[in-house]
Formats: sequence, C-alpha cells, structure tokens
Amino acid sequence: MQFDFSEDQKELQATVRRFFDKSCPISTVRSVIDSDAGHDAGLWRQIGKSGFLAAALPEQYGGVGAGYLELCVVAEECGRVLAPLPTVSSVYQATEALRIAGSEAQKANWLPKLASGAAIGTLALAERAGETLPGSIGAKVSQGKLTGVKLPVADGLAADFAIVMARGESAPSLFLVDLSGEGVIREPVKTIDPSRKHAILRFVGAAAEPLGGAGEGFALLERVRNRAAVLTAFEQIGGADAALMMARDYALQRFAFGRQIGSFQAIKHMLADMYVALELARSNCYYGAWALSVDSEKLPAAAASARVAATQAYQLCSANNIQVHGGMGFTWEFDCHLHYRRSNYLALALGGPSLWESRLIQHIRPQAA
Amino acid sequence: MNFDDTPQDAEFRARARSWLAANVPTELKGELDLSGFGHLHLHSVDRITAAKAWQKKKFDAGWAALGWPAEYGGAGASPIEQVIWNDEEDVYGKLSGPFMIGFLMCGPTVIAWASEAQKRELLPRLAAGEDIWCQLFSEPVAGSDLAGIRTKAVKDDDEWVVNGQKIWTSAARDADWGLLLTRTDPTVLKHRGLTMFFVDMKSPGIEVRPILQMNEESVFNEVYFTDVRISDAQRLGDVGQGWTVALTTLMNERMFGGAMPTGFPQLLDLCTTLDTENGPAIDDPQVRSQLAKFAVKVSGLQYSAFRSISALSRGQEPGPENSISKLIAGQMTQDIARFALNLEGEAGLLQDPDYAPDRARFQEQLMRSPATRIEGGSDEILRNIIAERVLGLPADIRADKGLPFDKIPTSASAR
Repeated sequence: MQFDFSEDQKELQATVRRFFDKSCPISTVRSVIDSDAGHDAGLWRQIGKSGFLAAALPEQYGGVGAGYLELCVVAEECGRVLAPLPTVSSVYQATEALRIAGSEAQKANWLPKLASGAAIGTLALAERAGETLPGSIGAKVSQGKLTGVKLPVADGLAADFAIVMARGESAPSLFLVDLSGEGVIREPVKTIDPSRKHAILRFVGAAAEPLGGAGEGFALLERVRNRAAVLTAFEQIGGADAALMMARDYALQRFAFGRQIGSFQAIKHMLADMYVALELARSNCYYGAWALSVDSEKLPAAAASARVAATQAYQLCSANNIQVHGGMGFTWEFDCHLHYRRSNYLALALGGPSLWESRLIQHIRPQAA
Repeated sequence: MNFDDTPQDAEFRARARSWLAANVPTELKGELDLSGFGHLHLHSVDRITAAKAWQKKKFDAGWAALGWPAEYGGAGASPIEQVIWNDEEDVYGKLSGPFMIGFLMCGPTVIAWASEAQKRELLPRLAAGEDIWCQLFSEPVAGSDLAGIRTKAVKDDDEWVVNGQKIWTSAARDADWGLLLTRTDPTVLKHRGLTMFFVDMKSPGIEVRPILQMNEESVFNEVYFTDVRISDAQRLGDVGQGWTVALTTLMNERMFGGAMPTGFPQLLDLCTTLDTENGPAIDDPQVRSQLAKFAVKVSGLQYSAFRSISALSRGQEPGPENSISKLIAGQMTQDIARFALNLEGEAGLLQDPDYAPDRARFQEQLMRSPATRIEGGSDEILRNIIAERVLGLPADIRADKGLPFDKIPTSASAR
C-alpha cells in the first residue's frame, strides 16, 4: 500500500509552493480585492506558462499529461495562498465539463486555450435562492438563442465562455455560450469573497451551442461536480492548513496574563480540534484524489466525503483563527478575514454542505436487498 | 497512490491467510462479531481458556508476538506485516484481548529494561499465551497526572515492601504478572522519586477487587498492596528512573490498523429500517446531515490509518494518529448512541434486550461510552498531546513545578 503522494508529486508541491511564495504574496490577493479585476492577470499568465493548472489535461489539448494527483497537489497550494485565480470556475469545472461532455470540435477549440490560461471558462447555473434543481431553471434556449438571467456566476466578468444550464426542447441541458458575442450583458455583483469575483449574466438572445446530450444537463453536472469537489477540497485543506498555522503562530507570539496565550488549554484544545478536523479532511481528500485519478466507481462517495470533510475543516479553522486572534482578527488589516471569506465562499461554490451531505449518504446507504 | 501489497507483503498475506483459514475457531465467530472493543465477551466457552488456546496455537505455528525477536518468542516481523496480520486475523484478533496489555505495553517495557535472562524467561511465556500481564499505574489520586502516584515502595535488604492502591486495572483478576509503578522517594521532585517493578500477581498481600461500573459490568479492578515483598531483581531501570521506564510503556500504547468501532454501520442500518411518517429515517435531510458528519469522521479515521501504514512501510516513525483516532472515535461512540436513541423515540429508553430496538445495542453503547472518553488518556489529555507534540504549543504552567513531591498541594493540604 502506498496511500500518499509520490516523491515526484511532493517535489512538484515544493516547486509550486516556491512559485507562489514569490509570485503570490498576500499583497497580490489584497490588490485583487481592492480592484475591479476578477483575478490577478499577471499571475494567471505566469501560471499558464508554468503548466501547473494544466497538469491533468492530455498533451493533445495543450496539457501536461501528468494526472489528477498532480492537479490536486497544485490545488492545495492555490488554497494555501488564497490564490486570486479562476481555478474553481475555469480549471476544476469548465475544463472538466468540456472533457466530459464536449464534442471533439469544442474540445479542440477551447481546451488548449484553457490549458495555457489564454481563455477562462465558467459555469452559469443558479438563478435564485435555494438549491439549483431542474425545477428552478428558467433560462431557455430556443432556435440556438439563450434567454435568461444567471447569478452568481464565478469570474463572470473575465470569462470567455460560460457553460449554461438552460431548458431546450426537453429537460435542462448544458449549453456553451461565447460571452464575447451579441446578447450578453454582464454586471459585477458583490459577494462574501471579493478575491474571487462574481457577476450577474443576462442573456438576451445570445448564441448557444449544446454541450452534451439534450436533457442530460443535471446528470453531466453531477459528473463534473464530483471531479471539481475533489479538486476544490484540496484548495480547502490548503486554506485550512494556512489558517491553522496563522492561529498557531499568533498563539505562540501573543502574551496575556504574563504568558503565551498558546499555553492556555482553552486555546490549545481549540487548535487541537482544528488540527484533527484538518487531518481527517486530508485523509478523505487523499482517498478522493485516488478515486479521481483512477476514475473509480467509488468517486461519487469519495468526492462527497472529501467535500464534506474539507468544507467543515476550512470553516472551523478560518473561524477559530479569528477567535485566537481576538479583536485584531476582526480588523480589515489582519488577514484572518480573507480565509474566513474564502472558506465560506468555497463551502457554497459547488452547492452547499447540505447538498453534499445528502449525496454522501445516498451513495453509502445500505442497498435494499 | 495505490492500495496494492508489495510482492513480499502479498506473499506474507497469502501465507497468513492460508494458515488462518485452516486454523481459526470458526465456531466462535458469531460471538466474536458481537464482542465489543477492548474486552472479550464469550458465553459458550470460558474467555480465558479460549484466549489461551488461540494464542498457543498461533505461537506454535510462529504467528505470535509478530514484532518481537525470535529469541523472545516472537516472529521478527516488520510493522507492515503486523498490520497485514491484524487485517487477516480480523475478528479472531479479539481472542487475544486478554494479552494485549502484555503485548502492547508490558512486553515492550520488559524488552527495553529487563535483564537478558528475565527477557528470555518472561517474554516467550507471554507470547505463548501462558502468562497474562496487567499494568499497575493509575491510582485514585493519580489519573491524568500519572506521575502523582503514591503507592510506596520501601527498600528492605534486597527486597522492597510495597503498600498502596492501584485502580482501573483491566485483567487484574486473570493476570500472572503486573507492571508496577511505585514511589520510592517522596522528598524529591515528582517525576524523580518513582521506580518500576514487575510483580507476581499471586504474591501475598495483593488483593484484587472488581469495580462495579456505571454500566453494570465489572471489567476494571482495584488492586490493593499490603506489605507486598518484591525482590530487587524485579526492578526495571534504576531507583528513581521509574518515570522514564513508564514512558516506554506509554509510548508503546499504539495500535495500528485497528480502528475503534463506533457503531456507525449499525446506525446506518437503523436509519434505513426505522420508519417515520415520511419514509425511512435516512431520507430525512436532518438525519442525513448528521449521518454525513459521522461518516466523514469514520472514513477519515480509516484513511488516516492507511496513511500511517504507508508511512510505517517507508520506515517512518508513527505520528499522532492514535491520539486522533481515540479522541474522535471515543466522542463519536457517545454521540452515535445518543443520536440512535433520539431516533428511536420513547422506545429509546428501553434497555431490556427483549424489547429495546437492536437488542439494546445503542443503550449499552450509551452506558459504556463515558469510559471511552477517559480510559487510556482522556479527551483533554489527548488534546494536550496533539497541541504540544504536533503543533508545538507550550506545556501547561504547573503549580507543582520545582516542589518536592511531599510539598505539592493536595485536596487534603488545602483544607
């Protein structure tokens, strides 16, 4: 048994970490927050050249042809530094949707651009409050023209194309929409995590081509999201680890009542609980990474486990990190709120915790004889 | 990332599997399946007789005390081979329950600290299932603060005279030998005045009294020492070195590959079969949410065990996995029991196995679970271990620091 990343994959992790140390200090994240830009374009170009985020994409589409384990390693590092990049939208979802459902022409057109970072893709699904279900889809495609409103759409201002859930002649289906075309109106929208910007997309007769079979929208989406859930979970544990280390370092440095606050059991036990949650999430993520890398039939359950555990761990670590910092943790100046924002954004980015909890139980429940 | 054995490991697994297939006492499987974690429950046969028979059979075939050197009755197996064996032995491993304190804690301490002659005398008897060992550490006034023990040993020529009381001693009634931590000098610092011995449990002056536990069982015991004489030759380590010896014992309290059962699969079954107005309980979103929170802990512990096995197979030292596993599983045992009773409604208060759902399995789990959060390191001690050893946080500030043991405040001196 070798239930761990290989030496080569650990070396890749060290390389990516060095890259981000140099190219993505916290000031990069903050400048994206303070600007209207959806992401850091310079960092995006650099990472496009590096091929880090194209690790899992086959060489024929401009990828590196390594595999999903390598992409998981990169995702964890993205999470650790709060990378202001369109990873969840473009890399983990749009790219995977094209790989799963795209025609050869659609793949040949978009995947090389996604691999190099020359193009950004996103998914446009939700329309109103509540879980996105077939009955909640009002967007409609008629004679190749899309009408409807989608919000929130991750990286919706910067994206070159969107994969849109809409009704065609039958049940909801996926459509690929080139956002540079006619009939697309984009507006920025404020969200809980301004380091990954979102938009409202209004479609007024925009040209839409089918992606995958008619009526298969939600079935395809589930397959996309199982893969994206594993990759996103690695971002979440990267972020959780960073938040835990911030809290630990502060507890060692801050004195109260004449001693390090990290010597009080109230603080130590809080930090121990954070570490335990993170380790359990990490183990679930490793299993998800394995299932993703071999396209196991266990992927749906493994992805849900990774997703549920990583969401919990990041939310716990980011909230307790503020608690350990006390009042200073509530200031804009301290970086604690950046993880708090990111953890709560990522918790919802692929459908909220309840959705994944329910899916997990659906997949592991004893089958009726 | 893969789950495959190396060729050598696969060969070991095949040998183990074929020997087990031919030798396990299949007639006990049903009872062993129902037997809880840590203590063996058998009704059709005497548990000690069955345990000794299985251990002897393994010993004769070279499958006992796998990790120990051959000269001490072991098989010289690697850590990964021990994991594979545990995996293959499956529920029959529970039969070795009465020997586990000997194998996991007392044996390694003897290996590290006893004379060569003692090791060759004592260890093969333990490996062969002839001797049962118990651990005489905790006292009524010293649990989490173990170094605060008061059982006194006084030198008398080439013997020691022991007086005092130990508590929470599993297997004391069945034990042949005990590993005994004593205080030999109360006038020096707490950790410096301790000395370790091994003691014949049949010695005059030892009295074992079963404790009636809150769950109506009596697995734990009190052990009283009244002028018990122990030869100085049975001292482990130097006089005053007892704490260092005790740390050998405590560091070895590690189990690989054996995740503690929490009742989760049974809870899943209950939720599938229990009908509510809106169908089976498992279809209720709130039930699912809680089940999912349990599920990711169970799978997280399982996959963490895989990770530690991988680390072991690369020759790395075991990490804090055992502390995490016990902390999470212990708490979850209690949470799952309460959740199951909640789902059962008023029937949940029944503990009569003829009327209670699932023959009162969750009611019994509820009443046993407080112990899982205390025994072998309380939840709070485990969090301290994780915080200090893994995260590098400072140790507690101690009110007894720098004081000789007999000057440390106690509830008596505070009056």
